[in-house]
Amino acid sequence: MLPAVALPHRSPEPLSFQGEHLRRLTALARIALEIRRLSLVGIYHAGSGHPGGSLSCADILAALYGAELAISPAEPQDEGRDRFVLSKGHAAPALYAAWAAVGLLDPAQVKSLRKLGSPMQGHPHVLDAPLAETSTGSLGQGFSAAIGMAIGLRHRHIPARVYTLLGDGELQEGEVWEGAMCAAHYRLSNLCALIDYNKLQSDDLNANIMGLEPLADKWRAFGWHVEELDGHDLGALLDALRRASEHGKGPSVLICNTVKGRGVPFMEGKPHWHGSVKIKEDEIFRALAALGMGEDEIREAVHGG
Amino acid sequence: MAAEAQTRATQAAPSLIGSSGDTLREAFGRALAEIARENERIVVLDADIAGGTGTHHFRKEHAGRFFQFGIAEQNMMAAAGGMAHVGLVPFVTTFAVFCLRAIEQARLSIAYPRRNAKIVASHPGLDVGPDGGSAQALEDIAAFRAIPGMTVISPADPIEMAKATAAVAAHVGPVYMRTGRSPATRLFEDDHVFEIGKGQVLNPGTDATIVACGVEVARALEAAHLLEADGLSVRVVNMATIKPIDAPLLAACARETGAIVTAEDHNVYGGLGGAVAEALAQSHPVPIEFVGVHDRFGASGEPAELAEAFGLTAPFIADAARKAIARKKRGIS
Ligand SMILES: Cc1ncc(C[n+]2csc(CCOP(=O)(O)OP(=O)(O)O)c2C)c(N)n1
Repeated sequence: MLPAVALPHRSPEPLSFQGEHLRRLTALARIALEIRRLSLVGIYHAGSGHPGGSLSCADILAALYGAELAISPAEPQDEGRDRFVLSKGHAAPALYAAWAAVGLLDPAQVKSLRKLGSPMQGHPHVLDAPLAETSTGSLGQGFSAAIGMAIGLRHRHIPARVYTLLGDGELQEGEVWEGAMCAAHYRLSNLCALIDYNKLQSDDLNANIMGLEPLADKWRAFGWHVEELDGHDLGALLDALRRASEHGKGPSVLICNTVKGRGVPFMEGKPHWHGSVKIKEDEIFRALAALGMGEDEIREAVHGG
Repeated sequence: MAAEAQTRATQAAPSLIGSSGDTLREAFGRALAEIARENERIVVLDADIAGGTGTHHFRKEHAGRFFQFGIAEQNMMAAAGGMAHVGLVPFVTTFAVFCLRAIEQARLSIAYPRRNAKIVASHPGLDVGPDGGSAQALEDIAAFRAIPGMTVISPADPIEMAKATAAVAAHVGPVYMRTGRSPATRLFEDDHVFEIGKGQVLNPGTDATIVACGVEVARALEAAHLLEADGLSVRVVNMATIKPIDAPLLAACARETGAIVTAEDHNVYGGLGGAVAEALAQSHPVPIEFVGVHDRFGASGEPAELAEAFGLTAPFIADAARKAIARKKRGIS
């Protein structure tokens, strides 16, 4: 496994220096790769979990935890920290992997995913894992909780920002649109929602279950600052996040076009890998190889303690 | 009749005791506005119904701490969890039936993360009256009681409501508290003591104990008076906290009186009756009779008419007590 990567510093001003920018993107790409690997290792050891939706949001989480979020590894519970809420709580393996990839969690811990006594429950629970900020798993609720945090932080004059990641299928929950109305009404410019728009949900394509389009128009009509981007393009993510933080008029939503299962060809775009599925031994070997790990490294990740 | 019984029950009887008083929701709203003067972390979340829940008092005095969420209870409930997470003490207020609508949000975003958030539900039970069955929550105590770590409270009169509001604000942790829509019978003096988790004997007695909460406490006192005419001495306990239930007091009542009646404006399944039966099954099993709504939905009508039609008034409670006492005498538990 790759060693944990140090947190790059968040810089409020646009990145002008090309070399620094490239180094930064390379570091983030490494974090994203680590998130993908650790997610699958965790799910493999757990015997169940959601690989597809964990892989699709790996780059988004890398951009957030690797660059955007102001969270001090020394004081991760500082009142002034930025908050991130994984509203699509079933992508918990990717969340834990992201913490591990940026040094907020011991990477060995991801192997305890979903096990009795582990703080890494199948869906994030804030009392077990405080970085989760709230408990999620019931789609729609993390978004509302994030809205409550944004309202509360502003009320208390704490300048922190709140970020939350939703699935596209999750947008079918009525609560999300209650929240969308609410955040716009309160002009929550300290709130940024990101949508992992991988076009798939549990059983099938969004379009076959309950169509979402025109999605950007919906959010615009609700009064949000909307950006549509490639959710696997780290540079585009950083740029959109910066614009969101500079948009002082209200909440922002980044509609991130992604591929479910991204990075592991045999999982890409296949509803089967939505999970909760068991990854078999030959599958984990193939998947980690596709993610650039060598034989020995894989053996260590799969069979090591 | 009610006035007479309560006057006797509380001994020293100034004029207000037994009179038809303030509504519990108004008492709550006034008390919260007052308490919030001392605690600036208290905020109110409303779903377009402040005039109904009593929080209009809070809005008037603390406009900057009053958050309107619109008619969107699910978002409001989960957002309350988020607000508590960043250091506020949210009071989420709506009608009891709409708390049921957002109960899954109360479960995941408030109770599971053990948030210091308070859910205050007005318009519980048949006490709602003319709005009818759709608006009369008869399931809320059962449902919220089943959520781990959730404290459940149903005060009996405006004085107790105010005291309970202060206790709830001071308590750290999730609470579900019922207020009430209709004017409530005044039962207590200003020096009434309310403590979360403690029941209170309002009328002494040795033949049976009536354990009641909310609007049924006044009716229970009236029932004790009716029974006295039969030569029966019946204890009345105000069990304002349904969870955690005062198990030691219940065990003592069962031991000392040998027969129990529960009375609540709620389905007989899973509410106060359920809580009492669970506690006594473990400590001191005795005959128990349940007064409440027998697994039906409510209907339109004035609260007093509904109480009569659904079997919640004093004569029904008295009958239940006679039954429990007869079962005790026959040695049937
Ligand atoms: C309220 C609620 N209903 C149903 C589920 C079960 N569930 C878990 S994941 C999922 C599909 C989610 O699809 P999406 O939001 O698109 O997530 P992604 O494709 O990114 O994994 C469903 C239906 C749930 N967790 N919460």
